[in-house]
Amino acid sequence: MGGSWFQRLKDGLRKTSSRLATGIGDIFTKRKLDAEAIEELEDLLVMADLGPATAAKLSAAIAEERFDKEVDEAEVRTALADEITTLLEPVAKPLTAESDANPHVVLVVGVNGSGKTTTIGKLAHALKSDGKSVMLAAGDTFRAAAIEQLKVWGGRAGAPVVAKEQGADSASLAYDAIEQARAQGSDVLLIDTAGRLHNKADLMDELRKVLRVIRKLDETAPHDVLLVLDATTGQNALNQVEVFGSMVDVTGLVVTKLDGTAKGGVLVALAERFGLPVHAVGVGEQADDLRPFAARDFARGLMGLD
Amino acid sequence: MFDSLSDRLGSVLTGLKRRGALKESDVDQAMRDVRLALLEADVALPVVKDFIAGVKAEAVGQKVLKSVTPGQMVVKIVHDGLVEMLGGKPAAEGDEGAEAADTGPEGINLSGEPPSVILMVGLQGSGKTTSTGKIAKRLAERDRKKVLMASLDVYRPAAQEQLRVLGEQAGIPTLPVVEGQQPVDIAKRALQAGKFGGYDVVMLDTAGRLHVDEGLMQEVAAVKAHANPSEVMLVADAMTGQDAVAVADSFNQRVGLTGIMLTRVDGDARGGAALSMRAVTQCPIKLLGVGEKLDELEDFHADRIAGRILGMGDVVSLVERARDTIEAEDAEKLAKKIQKGQFDLEDMASQLAQMRKMGGLEGLLGMMPGVGKMKEQVKAANVNEGLLKRQEAIISSMTPHERRNPKVIHASRKQRIAKGAGASIQEVNKLLKQYQTMAKMMKKVGKSGGKNLMRGLGGMLGGGGGLPPGMMPPGGVR
Repeated sequence: MGGSWFQRLKDGLRKTSSRLATGIGDIFTKRKLDAEAIEELEDLLVMADLGPATAAKLSAAIAEERFDKEVDEAEVRTALADEITTLLEPVAKPLTAESDANPHVVLVVGVNGSGKTTTIGKLAHALKSDGKSVMLAAGDTFRAAAIEQLKVWGGRAGAPVVAKEQGADSASLAYDAIEQARAQGSDVLLIDTAGRLHNKADLMDELRKVLRVIRKLDETAPHDVLLVLDATTGQNALNQVEVFGSMVDVTGLVVTKLDGTAKGGVLVALAERFGLPVHAVGVGEQADDLRPFAARDFARGLMGLD
Repeated sequence: MFDSLSDRLGSVLTGLKRRGALKESDVDQAMRDVRLALLEADVALPVVKDFIAGVKAEAVGQKVLKSVTPGQMVVKIVHDGLVEMLGGKPAAEGDEGAEAADTGPEGINLSGEPPSVILMVGLQGSGKTTSTGKIAKRLAERDRKKVLMASLDVYRPAAQEQLRVLGEQAGIPTLPVVEGQQPVDIAKRALQAGKFGGYDVVMLDTAGRLHVDEGLMQEVAAVKAHANPSEVMLVADAMTGQDAVAVADSFNQRVGLTGIMLTRVDGDARGGAALSMRAVTQCPIKLLGVGEKLDELEDFHADRIAGRILGMGDVVSLVERARDTIEAEDAEKLAKKIQKGQFDLEDMASQLAQMRKMGGLEGLLGMMPGVGKMKEQVKAANVNEGLLKRQEAIISSMTPHERRNPKVIHASRKQRIAKGAGASIQEVNKLLKQYQTMAKMMKKVGKSGGKNLMRGLGGMLGGGGGLPPGMMPPGGVR
């Protein structure tokens, strides 16, 4: 974990955390931790997208030991960061993309506009830097120019892109891609898919078909199913993880657009409810703006602590 | 999208409805639940607080005590509050019988000397390019405007290509791409092309940008200064969380928004972002994106959406969409037939086709009142577009005589039909049974004007009867 990534994340989080931290400062400077203060604390966590349930749980945890005692700001911040770290630590697992399988197949799914194609571009870059041979499959055959977009990323990363024309069957494309990756001896195959809302049964069926077809070639594949989540998403992220998880066996999350203002919050709620690994976070539009997720840094960054 | 919120408030307020007299403690309890529901729906906290305070003050007052059914009164106050928050006008004071008035959708402002400029802005992945295509298509087809689209997204790979392809699909011209040209210059070129080409509207699709990205915010401000748009539309995802306030506020401060388009309303997000953004910018929500296809664009109606939040359903939208989709003549014919109690398989086939056009069963149910639970049943019954198509295929395999006189269909005919449609005899039987139930219901609808429709519908689904019957007999609902 280089210092620079933490710096960037902190920069990105500064606005949220400063809002949060200022708020906490307002509540706790020379003040008793009473019911009102706890409610205000809960509100601040809600405003960071932790969701009412997780916010209540966290503030209750803070209150348990300190109720009616004089507390100062730094203490509360540190305690909250520790609580959040405890929640997030078990899910912070980098994507290794290592298995006996050749190729190691990674299927990337998510709702429209969450950043799947960009994430694949960044992943390809990172895996190539690790010395792996990577192939990309342009499985978003629905959205206009999605194939071209992936080809640009493939070109940047030096990874060949398997593509068909727009409107082609994405399952058969995935099948072809695995065959080609085998023929070329690629270590990792990253398969893009079209964005889809999780409540559209027909589109989710289509995704299941991709999964079935992949398994015809390799029963153990896909070895990773990454759900890409937009960090600006609110509580609906819980629905997304639940439905994609049950429909296509999501194995891990990538959280994108963490360089805006409101972020982190929903991750805490997700970790609490699903415990799915968070493999990486996207903090910008450049190829190297995808970083492993580090729980402690993230939690402390969120609370405005160094 | 608002279904979950409407379910929640529905259960809260059903509790209230059952009480004869309303005490302050009841209201307090209800408001706690309303608050939680709104927060879970991603309504921004400050907005929630204002809303709750207002509603509570209204509810624990004389108005309620005077009312015969206090619970109903609270429903009305919450409803009116939501309508107001969403941008409609609340019902006049003291006019307890009046529904909150809907000001109707606000149109896209195309004032000034042509070409009028529409500037589309928003975060990455909010759906700007697709929305640009949708608005252009509507302006061109419905309003007969000559529209030119230009992509100013020089950052995301293939973004300009995406708009070009969309333009081709929609039959809308796009500004030819000049490699390496910067956004402000592209905007200037688009305006010139718009002027010389005699266009009514020039749509500028900008790159997605974070509202805290100073450089890119300056860029879009510069584009605005040069293009002098009559409409600056913030495109925002209905799934946006608490940050909706910060996003909408920043864009509003930097480029001066005139309207909001909410996308992915066809998802299951509770859509609190709509309330937040409206509250913080005071900008009208003008349009809703409700699907991936270019014609899946709807007007925003505060009253209807508020009604939907409260579980009152969105019957008005439903009827309107049905009107757009169903040929008027067909509708009249069908209405007459229904009234006479004549409803044959040909009518059923056209109903199935219309239903598919209208976004399938789930799309329709989303707009019907009190169907939260039914939706689950529909999902369980696995009624999807595929099934609708299959059923259409079965009917297509019948002779015209059989379609008009379903009674003649016996064993050997069934066998032939099944073969023709590539279906099993059971499927043919199921369809015929469904037809009978449907015909029965149509008779009822013809007589009662739709009152029993929902009840009948619920019953059918509960009975596992596969496809609920044509739910939009235009004569019936009207």
